[in-house]
Amino acid sequence: MSSNSTLSDLAERARALIARPIRSRQTLMLRERFIFLNLVICTVFSVLVTGAILSVLVSETWRFFASDEVSLADFALGTKWNPLIGKEKHFGIWALISGTLLVTVFAMMIALPLGLITAIYLSEFAPRRVRNFLKPLLEVLAGIPTVVYGFFALTSITPVLQWLHDGFNIYNAMSAGIAVGILCLPTVCSLSEDALRAVPQSLRDASFALGGTEFDSSIKVVLPAALSGIVSAFLLAIARAVGETMIVAVAAGSRARVTFDPREDVQTMTAFMVQMATGDVSNFGIEYYSMYAVAFTLFVLTFCLTTFGTLVRRRFREKYE
Amino acid sequence: MEVSSTSPSPNFRHREGRSRRRANQIFYLVCVVTAGVSVLALVALLCSIIIQGVPYLTPKLLTNGPEPDAAEAGVWPALAGTGWVCALCALFAFPTGIATAILLEEYKPRSRIGNWLYGLITLNISNLAGVPSVVYGIIGLTAFVSMFEIFGSSSVDAPAFEFGANYFDQFYSEGDQVILVPVDDPSKPSTRPVDGMAAFDFDMRPIQMHVIGTNDPLPEDEQMLAYTLLDDAEAGRINRRNWYYFRLPLGRGVLAGGLTLMLVILPVVIISSQEALRAVPSTLRDGARGLGATPWQVIWNVTLPASIPGMMTGIILAMSRAIGEAAPILIIAGIVYINRAPQHLMDDFSVMPMQIFNWTARPQEEFHGLAAAAIVVLMAILMVFNGLAIWIRLKFQKPLS
Repeated sequence: MSSNSTLSDLAERARALIARPIRSRQTLMLRERFIFLNLVICTVFSVLVTGAILSVLVSETWRFFASDEVSLADFALGTKWNPLIGKEKHFGIWALISGTLLVTVFAMMIALPLGLITAIYLSEFAPRRVRNFLKPLLEVLAGIPTVVYGFFALTSITPVLQWLHDGFNIYNAMSAGIAVGILCLPTVCSLSEDALRAVPQSLRDASFALGGTEFDSSIKVVLPAALSGIVSAFLLAIARAVGETMIVAVAAGSRARVTFDPREDVQTMTAFMVQMATGDVSNFGIEYYSMYAVAFTLFVLTFCLTTFGTLVRRRFREKYE
Repeated sequence: MEVSSTSPSPNFRHREGRSRRRANQIFYLVCVVTAGVSVLALVALLCSIIIQGVPYLTPKLLTNGPEPDAAEAGVWPALAGTGWVCALCALFAFPTGIATAILLEEYKPRSRIGNWLYGLITLNISNLAGVPSVVYGIIGLTAFVSMFEIFGSSSVDAPAFEFGANYFDQFYSEGDQVILVPVDDPSKPSTRPVDGMAAFDFDMRPIQMHVIGTNDPLPEDEQMLAYTLLDDAEAGRINRRNWYYFRLPLGRGVLAGGLTLMLVILPVVIISSQEALRAVPSTLRDGARGLGATPWQVIWNVTLPASIPGMMTGIILAMSRAIGEAAPILIIAGIVYINRAPQHLMDDFSVMPMQIFNWTARPQEEFHGLAAAAIVVLMAILMVFNGLAIWIRLKFQKPLS
């Protein structure tokens, strides 16, 4: 009974299929063309975003330098940055770059060794069970919003630092640096691990066959073989740390100056942009356009780092057949 | 050829082997400790937030606005803002991103110029993924909020073009009631009250307006008094915006925020969709092609359905990035006091991460507690999203080859 009804069902469907009007080849081709055109438009839009970024940053930065109050030399070489206070305004980008570097150096001191060693552990040593536990955990760490890291830096890391040493300011470069480091750790780890796992097993086997320990094979064989991928992971992590905004806006402070003391408050390029956007600044003053000049500097810096990272990975990738 | 004279003694070799084994053990220990540190960091972060936030986790937190009094403050406007902005962002980013991924993966170029373009575009997209989100905020500020100032330099505050807004002159009657008189042309000076003019009360009910001279006696009847104006009453210009209100340039509104977030997550969506499409085995495509399907028929009927689970995972992860993103929104919206959910696409707004930033930046301890509670709410939302991604991955991802 039931097989009968399925049969008639099938027959019905077959009849419907046959009865369906056959589209002419021309309409079909026209539809294909139309859809292809739409896809191209979407892609062009995605590419245009880069163009928009460049044109906006260049034109507004041009306006900044067109003003009488700043010169390119002062901007590129100066070490004083006080667009908002004081009678005489100074726009020396190095005050912001040094703050950014200080935070980035601390972040990388945490993220690079920890990330790389964790990656080696995950790809060379860890038993499956540990891997299955550690990988999702790192994904969770990567998925936490950055403002949460900022909150953590200000309310947890800073008090601990102050407890360890009296000299720490409430806003300080080190606390922000540690938080940025934790943030970058999953990036370093997962990208390095991908690079390490791409090294074929035969290389490890050869190393073991020659009497190498796991340490020997991972440090002397696998690591050099995966070096391009690891360098690119490092570069991408540095770019991420340089562009990190909310952590430094919350925890690093807002005093732009050249200092190498991690206990003091510093201002990074990104934190300056946030300060400008959230403060009461007229939309057309020179200090408003200085935001674009800083954004341009930041863009060039991170763009170079990521492009270089991608190129390193593509060019120096060892190919194993 | 005397090899044996240069070979090390057996004793030496033995010791070297032992030291290498020790190095191996030490390194293994270092690995375990390092991996432990990252676990510890996560645990410390979650614990400190939960300990600080849980005492402030009340029903009021979800329903109230960000009142200046910490005991009454809540995140409802920010929560609604996050919903609006992320929905808009998804609406724009996903079709564009998936379409780009389809073009890049399914219509692979065959010519040399095509190959060169293809390489350039993929490099460009991976670069876009590395641009700091705060830079996107700055771009959004210029491209969406003020629209390159093509509508004039003051057009952010006074829109050059708008519809869906009704302008009124607002009077206060002698009985302390609000009376609204509609204005046709907002550029006209404020209306002089005339007896019997068409007017509305605060809730937009039509009323009968009475205008009396300055020296005339006030009416006794309270009902009457409520709608009585002196003929020299001063008006204030206000506007009421409908839900379909639209303006150009977009201003610091929800739409500008959503579009900016779209720019932020577009590269992520493209890259993850590309990966999902790449994971579809080519035998499926070949089969469809063998049956005479056109390229789009192959994509629409075969490749896309097969890649949807993978795509959904990437899309949901991109969404959770958009939910947590604060920097671009901070640049677009600025710090303003928002006490209600957005009413239309151009309305001022706040989002959860911004509210958290706002509270964290205050020195008082209780606002830090509120920030922690808001973080707990935000993380709960993110966990739901991530759980969804994992569920889809487990449920629908069946081996295709």
